[in-house]
Amino acid sequence: MAVLSPEQTKPVEQSKAFDGESVAALLKEGVDGAVVSASSAGIVVQNDKLIATLQWLKQSPDLAYDYFNSVTAVDWPDKFEVVYHVSSTSRGGPPLALKVNLNDKENPVVDSAGSVYYGAIQQEREVYDFFGVKFAGHPNLRRIFMWEGFEGYPLRKSYKEAYYEQDRKPFETRWDQGHHIIIEDRVPWHDNVIYPKDFDPTTYKQIREIVRVAPNINEGDVKALKTQPVVVSIGPQHPSTHGVFRMNVTLDGETVMALEPIFGYLHRNHEKIGERNMYIMNTPFTDRLDYLAGMCMETGYVIGVEKLMGVKPPERAEYLRVIMNEFTRIVSHMFGGIGQVYSDLGAFFTPIVIYGLEERELIIDLFEAASGSRMMCNYMRFGGVWRDVPEGWLDIARELVDNRLPKVADEMEKYLVHNEIFDIRAKNIGVLPADLAVSYGVSGPMLRASGVKYDLRRADPYSIYDRFDFDVPVGANGDIYDRMFLRIKEIRESIKILRQALRDIPNGETMSIKKAYSFKTPKGEVYAHIEAPRGEFGWYLVSDNTTTPYRYHVRAGDFVNLATMEQMCVGHKIGDLVGVLGSVDIIMGSVDR
Amino acid sequence: MSFDKSAPLMSIESDDAWLDEQVKKKVWTGPLDQAIKMVDSLYNWGRRGSIWPMQFGLACCAIEMIAAGGGRFDIARFGSELFRPSPRQADLMIVAGTVTKKMVPAIVRLYNQMAEPKYVMAMGACASAGGPFKEGYNVVSGIDKFLPVDIYVPGCPPTPQALFYGFLMLHKKINGQSIRNAPWYQAEEHEAIPEPILGPDIFDPRRAVEIKQLLGNESEMEARYIRLAARAELKHHKEGEAAPKPAAAKPVAAKPAPKPVAPAVAKTPAEAKLEENKADANFAQQAAQHHAATAKDDAPETKAADDAAKNA
Repeated sequence: MAVLSPEQTKPVEQSKAFDGESVAALLKEGVDGAVVSASSAGIVVQNDKLIATLQWLKQSPDLAYDYFNSVTAVDWPDKFEVVYHVSSTSRGGPPLALKVNLNDKENPVVDSAGSVYYGAIQQEREVYDFFGVKFAGHPNLRRIFMWEGFEGYPLRKSYKEAYYEQDRKPFETRWDQGHHIIIEDRVPWHDNVIYPKDFDPTTYKQIREIVRVAPNINEGDVKALKTQPVVVSIGPQHPSTHGVFRMNVTLDGETVMALEPIFGYLHRNHEKIGERNMYIMNTPFTDRLDYLAGMCMETGYVIGVEKLMGVKPPERAEYLRVIMNEFTRIVSHMFGGIGQVYSDLGAFFTPIVIYGLEERELIIDLFEAASGSRMMCNYMRFGGVWRDVPEGWLDIARELVDNRLPKVADEMEKYLVHNEIFDIRAKNIGVLPADLAVSYGVSGPMLRASGVKYDLRRADPYSIYDRFDFDVPVGANGDIYDRMFLRIKEIRESIKILRQALRDIPNGETMSIKKAYSFKTPKGEVYAHIEAPRGEFGWYLVSDNTTTPYRYHVRAGDFVNLATMEQMCVGHKIGDLVGVLGSVDIIMGSVDR
Repeated sequence: MSFDKSAPLMSIESDDAWLDEQVKKKVWTGPLDQAIKMVDSLYNWGRRGSIWPMQFGLACCAIEMIAAGGGRFDIARFGSELFRPSPRQADLMIVAGTVTKKMVPAIVRLYNQMAEPKYVMAMGACASAGGPFKEGYNVVSGIDKFLPVDIYVPGCPPTPQALFYGFLMLHKKINGQSIRNAPWYQAEEHEAIPEPILGPDIFDPRRAVEIKQLLGNESEMEARYIRLAARAELKHHKEGEAAPKPAAAKPVAAKPAPKPVAPAVAKTPAEAKLEENKADANFAQQAAQHHAATAKDDAPETKAADDAAKNA
């Protein structure tokens, strides 16, 4: 497959933005009878015309919706609504929402979009796991986060977990007459479990995991050892799986023939808890999504809720947000994107401890001074930031940005990238071609390393990123080497942004509205996405005019990026596999949510 | 075998007066207790100074665990810098992060694979009790539901300093142990903790029969719901009030007790505590037993042992 070089890729321009209504007008000519209704929020299409519509949107030269952001569902009292978000890498701009109504609540079925966008396949499994919505024609429709045999579809509104108390927080019983009540006292098993009535644990046999071996293996394919392929389960406890990630790898000798990622070992119910929390309670939870980049996660969520509320933060708060976001990007790239890859490639912990952690501590001290916490900052608020930075903070930040960080970036490049051993291990390993990357919905440094110049800070600018002068670096081949080098280049661009932001930051207020614990948002829905260190993180929020979101969905960049693991690893040795996984740069908190 | 523990460990009597004198001078003789304490002190000193943790991170806390290994905090000062990827080589399992139901079988298996003596540290709120994610359907309310935990480190996530304080507490605990009563030196064999099974929901195979019986007995199940709801309310019920109505047969319907019309007389915390205990005498008894057990476990025998070492 042809790889686009940086010159060939079209520059991302802010062309005419299409919204739901204008696209629907075009769509009426393109696909006959597809549109049910259209508004600026999105287009509702006919159930049986969905695939044709997506196909047309992707192939239309004007619209060119080639990038699949996310698919999720909303459990309304009378129907399931499956929501697709697609956008265009060549045009940029906000994504388009497409909706399909499934009126049959007992057996909701919709066609799988996997034939149009590869990226849909993995995300549709998530929707099936959470809602029980079936996707016709899906190649691998199994539970993804929960185990096979788990009872119920947890994100349906009818599903009540063992510790369920009320639909919305704050719970009435939380501080009853000055006493707390231990929730274990309220459930019969004194534990977070529910068993169906006819369940017999004495004879229960755990459902065996289905291991998918390489598709279409012929006898001639297994060449090296003339034996049967071997399936190796790597993880969930493995030093190089970055937490609790697991892969089932089919091997021919040492060569990878097939790979299947297995998720869910850190699935901690972010979305279910998020739908019960009041809006402000969710901010600290977003910190724990991508826990190396907490500030970016907060920003994305806060921007989403601000769009719902219709407020804008003051200037100083916008600058502080940008400063925090770029510092976070530097920390995250140094520690996760660069340091961990080297330890995966056999440098043990030296790059993390020497290059990754030293600067991380300096930056994290700044976060602690501003917010009070090292990692889980909880700094962003709706309509601003929690409070202004303390006196002298900006000077320390300037000193760090002007004198210290550029040197570290140079040092990293000199010793880590221009390194003979690294060259041999990383070049032409784990190649991801540009067209495949786009079709899989890959985002962040991985997408740009494949040669696609698509950065949300430029393509769909949020906050005040359109004011700054910075480049979007791209790679040429899309291998481990490119991803690594790209992250160092991105650190340089972040330093550039930080210099401008620290120079231009005005004085003034940091909150535009009165701080409120509990507030209602008007009815509506929003998809807010940001360019986090691990790709596009999107928040799909549906408000029903109450204090809690009706639907709270997070599109995690690294979860989507992981779908390409098999594509990148097949044909390489098992020793390269961990390097490829490292270069994807995953954080299980956001992969499993 | 029985012998007098206070008697000297060995007595040497010979005809040679000079030899006797030399033996008394050069060879330490004393009671068995004291000898064991000497061995303990040396043994514990060696063991607590080189606890090898398992390289095992679950979630956010693992990042702070790595930071603790970095140059700024330097876990090597406590002798624990050698994170081992294999459970066979590790002494300490730091459960650093949220324990999910899907992950628990793997954690229990890892614990079973560790060689004794082994310790478990629950790092952070999630591993201790479920933390902010406790209400989630896939979250276990603390790893202590399945494994014996030695040290709890609070925080979300705990700072590296907090982790080090946990290490110091673990050192203290190890100091209090003796080869005579440490569980791994007893004659009887320890059975491995059975791995929980992922059915419609997670269950411990040791509780399978109990679960089956209770699920089969519908009236008992209903009674249990009512009793639990009543108990939860009783705990916080003021004195002199009517007993709470039994709640409906579902935990979701369990409502707090009706608020008292007249403000109740303020009580001292001790009185309130006493009343609480009365409401659940069984619980108090268990707690007392637990306290006795832990006190016994952590008895500071170090001082005596040190004295013995000095005497030697």
